[in-house]
Amino acid sequence: MGRVSSPPAPPAVSLRGIHKSFNDVPALVDLDVVAPDGRITVLLGPNGAGKTTAIRVVTGAMEPDAGTVRTLGLDPDADGEEVRHACGVVSAKPALYDRLTGLDNLRYAAELHGVDKRIIDERIRAAAGRFGIEHALHSQVGGYSTGMKTRLALARSVLHDPRLLLFDEPTSGLDPESAQAVLQLIRDMTTDGHTVVMCTHHLVEAEGLADHVVVLDAGTDLVSGRPDDLIKGFWPDDSVEIAVEGNPTLDDLTVLPGVIRIERSKRGTRVILERPDVTPDVVEALVRAGHRIRMVNPHDPTLEELYFAVRRSARDLGETATQEVMS
Amino acid sequence: MSGSGMNWSRTFTVARTDVKQLVLAKDFWMPMGILGSIFFVIVPLVLLFSITSLGDVEAVQNIANTLEVLPQKAQDQIKGDTPQGRTSYALAVFLFAPMAVVVPLTISTAVGAATLVGERERGTGEFLAHSPAGTKEIYLGKLMASLLPGYFTTMVGFTAYSLIVNVIVGPEVGGWFFPTTQWWLLMLWVLPGFLLIGLSLVLRLSGRVKSTAAAQQASGLITLPLIAISYAQASGAIYGTPTTTIVIGAIAWTIGITSTWKGMGAVKRQRLLGVADGV
Repeated sequence: MGRVSSPPAPPAVSLRGIHKSFNDVPALVDLDVVAPDGRITVLLGPNGAGKTTAIRVVTGAMEPDAGTVRTLGLDPDADGEEVRHACGVVSAKPALYDRLTGLDNLRYAAELHGVDKRIIDERIRAAAGRFGIEHALHSQVGGYSTGMKTRLALARSVLHDPRLLLFDEPTSGLDPESAQAVLQLIRDMTTDGHTVVMCTHHLVEAEGLADHVVVLDAGTDLVSGRPDDLIKGFWPDDSVEIAVEGNPTLDDLTVLPGVIRIERSKRGTRVILERPDVTPDVVEALVRAGHRIRMVNPHDPTLEELYFAVRRSARDLGETATQEVMS
Repeated sequence: MSGSGMNWSRTFTVARTDVKQLVLAKDFWMPMGILGSIFFVIVPLVLLFSITSLGDVEAVQNIANTLEVLPQKAQDQIKGDTPQGRTSYALAVFLFAPMAVVVPLTISTAVGAATLVGERERGTGEFLAHSPAGTKEIYLGKLMASLLPGYFTTMVGFTAYSLIVNVIVGPEVGGWFFPTTQWWLLMLWVLPGFLLIGLSLVLRLSGRVKSTAAAQQASGLITLPLIAISYAQASGAIYGTPTTTIVIGAIAWTIGITSTWKGMGAVKRQRLLGVADGV
């Protein structure tokens, strides 16, 4: 008998064709998001892209005007209690009760989630220890620093051992060290089998953390998939980086075919090319303009480059469509 | 306990947590204590002490004469052989009864008005919206948490008032007499019914308006006429027979329960989030 391969696990989150408007202002427009089970999915987008609204739709805290939502295979509209019980949420503002102590905040969440009273204390200790706030549990939350509040909110989100964790800008307002620590904690959670969906507009955070990326803009998804696949899909050929001496602007170079972008820094100017075959033309143009080339190297595009490229291409497409309509 | 039914454990958790926050808020319970003290301790103490100390002067005699405007059944209840005894008894039993309604209604509506909109303003509504707690559970939890501080203050004030009345007026009318049957019925049966009516209306408002300030303003519009009605009904409950009191209470409970049931829809997750179309 041959081995039967098990079917792929259904996605933890599936949003299909979601529309949502607030007083006729569209917040989500035909949004499709799939978050694979057991992975970290990052929703990337500028402020107002619809990331928070998408998270709210996932738990059923907000009903979409149209579209299909499946969270852990359930419909949040019909099975809201079960869905929300299986979710741990950290919202953009920590949403903590300032007058209560950290312990009271955690106990409140544990009781609302129906954690067995006999193990509540044990769970609270474990969650607080994991996020390094056990020493502050008996202090009023109003006196916590922003970092401490985020840690408490993270601890609260895992108390009931949810399958799906939804983090909305979890590092907003944190100093770089605290942000790194929080990201490491989030990374650790997927090793325990949790699925994480995280919103951010900090591209550096998503780099190296995301197993799956969805780029959002104006309430709709522009691209989604594994970062490597997306980068490969956008730039199928190996890209090239040319370092130029000095700090010239090189704005006229952007019109050359194959130039992705030009970066200027204190160390000099870099020209990023989307494929190797355009290198001779760009080098020739640089030399002809009197610039000295410091080095030419293969370049691995980052998620940040992908993000800007995707948004630029979406904008270009939009402008073309507008022009077509007007003509 | 789960599914679409009510989970009372979660309801009590919401109520307990809200009450705990109120207890920790000095800026809330200090004015509440002062209000209760004025109505249940200071005013009765000064008034009753003055009347019983004045003796058989003309002013007391005049007040005693005005007792004749009370319904005959009420007059029959008045104890005491001297004018100051009869006057202080009438004041203790009849005049202060409506105060027992005004104090808890004022306190509870102040708490209730801020309860739902406050979650939204502080951002904690987001936590509740994403929690498994049902909207009815949240509504009832908030209702309990709004009702308890006012009722508790009133019961503490009522106990203090009973002591004051018995100590000051008791010797004039032949011993401790307070609370009377009507007062027991008023406090334990009629008053909670009126509180329920007021809070069910105020919580509906709190779930719908955009700010705590707006909720306080709007709740004033609701509670002022309600206080006036309650004042009148409380007086009627005290002047009338126990049966009248029981009937008034039953009517209040019926209206209160109906209004609470209808008000459960005031809590929407979207409103807790504070998004534009949820307000």
